[in-house]
Amino acid sequence: MTPKKFAYFPGCSLEKMAESYHLSTVEIARVMGMELKELEDWNCCGATAYFHVDELLAHTLCARNLAMAEKEGLDLVAPCSGCYKNMHSCNAHLQKDHDLADHINFALEEDNLHFDGKIKVHHLIEVFCEDLKEVKAKATNPLTGLKVAPYYGCQILRPRKFEHENVEEPRYFEDLMTAIGATPVDFLLRLRCCGGALIITNRQAALSMVRNLLQNAVDSGADVIATACPLCQVNLECYQDQVNTEFGTKFSVPIFYFTQLMGLSMGIPAKRLGIGTEFLSPPPAMLAACRKAAVV
Amino acid sequence: MSTTVTFGQEIANLLQEAGGTPVSACMQCGTCSGTCPVGDFMDVRPQRLIHMIDAGLKDKVMATRAFWYCASCYQCTVRCPRGIDIAELMYGLKRYTIWKNQYPADLIGPAFSETFIKTIMRAGRSYEPVLATSYFFTLGLKEMLSEAQNATMLMLKGRLPVLPARIKRLENFKRMIKRIIPIGD
Repeated sequence: MTPKKFAYFPGCSLEKMAESYHLSTVEIARVMGMELKELEDWNCCGATAYFHVDELLAHTLCARNLAMAEKEGLDLVAPCSGCYKNMHSCNAHLQKDHDLADHINFALEEDNLHFDGKIKVHHLIEVFCEDLKEVKAKATNPLTGLKVAPYYGCQILRPRKFEHENVEEPRYFEDLMTAIGATPVDFLLRLRCCGGALIITNRQAALSMVRNLLQNAVDSGADVIATACPLCQVNLECYQDQVNTEFGTKFSVPIFYFTQLMGLSMGIPAKRLGIGTEFLSPPPAMLAACRKAAVV
Repeated sequence: MSTTVTFGQEIANLLQEAGGTPVSACMQCGTCSGTCPVGDFMDVRPQRLIHMIDAGLKDKVMATRAFWYCASCYQCTVRCPRGIDIAELMYGLKRYTIWKNQYPADLIGPAFSETFIKTIMRAGRSYEPVLATSYFFTLGLKEMLSEAQNATMLMLKGRLPVLPARIKRLENFKRMIKRIIPIGD
């Protein structure tokens, strides 16, 4: 079997704020025999802010990254749900609207690039979920007894990336957690928004959204929440203190990237997965796996 | 021959640009309002907002804050039985009020977006400490303190960038942007 190879678009958050997501991604890709070639000189996808101001410019930013991946002849993979959504919808949009693509290609000439719409865009979790058998085989240090709330959030699912996509009852995150030996709990609000950038622009609303999610995770018996997006991670983890102050709650729910959990199940030492840079320490079942990973 | 474009049509055009179904297709079922996770915090819920646009109540729509409270989670979009891309409509309204420079002055959203964009135009990548300046001083004392606490914690954990990231082919990048928006230096 030829190894899978992708153009890897880390995105701005993974450079520092969510570096543990990046580190753990690189580690598990290696174990899985997957080649992630970081897109050379990638630029910001525009997040949500660009579309607030200018749609054409927002598409141009995404198109530059897409065109660079095309030049490499590789499908693009993004670990951040926001980057994924922007890049995916730009790709689909420009493939359909040739006038718009022409206009943007005129701008891309300045960087000797050209968008043809020849590649696909994937979220990181997708490429691992495609091969659950392999994930299971590599999970030699299974996370037995760890109850995980698999948190999908918004843009990984919505808007629909293809017609009739099942955006109401996905199961892949649960299946991935099962494959690494963890127990996915029934997390009712798993598709509910974390508030995203509202944590800055409308804090009251965002804190209340984060509170609902944390409460639901606790009620569902989860030891940790697993995320697939740096913004979800920061909102749920770094603002837990504020939620507690605001609502008189006592939440202390650790939030980890699914890649960190995968890495641990593959026996990769915690430090190499960026475990230790979080605000809230891992629960006992995870610590046990950390100890085992250190000696594997 | 002169033609006057109504407000409803203007917004419809914004949606056409985004490839969506016009708001006139709305049948006022209220699925969007019921499904919106931020609905409780909006001055006008999406269903009503759409009705206001359809009725041409431009001034009222422009004074609304609801679309600036949209988190872009697209729950309404995937559930709308008429296929209206409501989250994109919210983006369209944000853009419209920014272009017209008409939005409630105390909103953080527009200033945050503008700071974000300027950062990207200058460096090609985002840089959190600069972004913080766009909202930090709008916070109350309590929030300011907890924000500073968060920043300290992130720094101690090695999660805050010291220097802004920059792309390599920045000159090309800037010229590329100029071909889209002809701005000065």
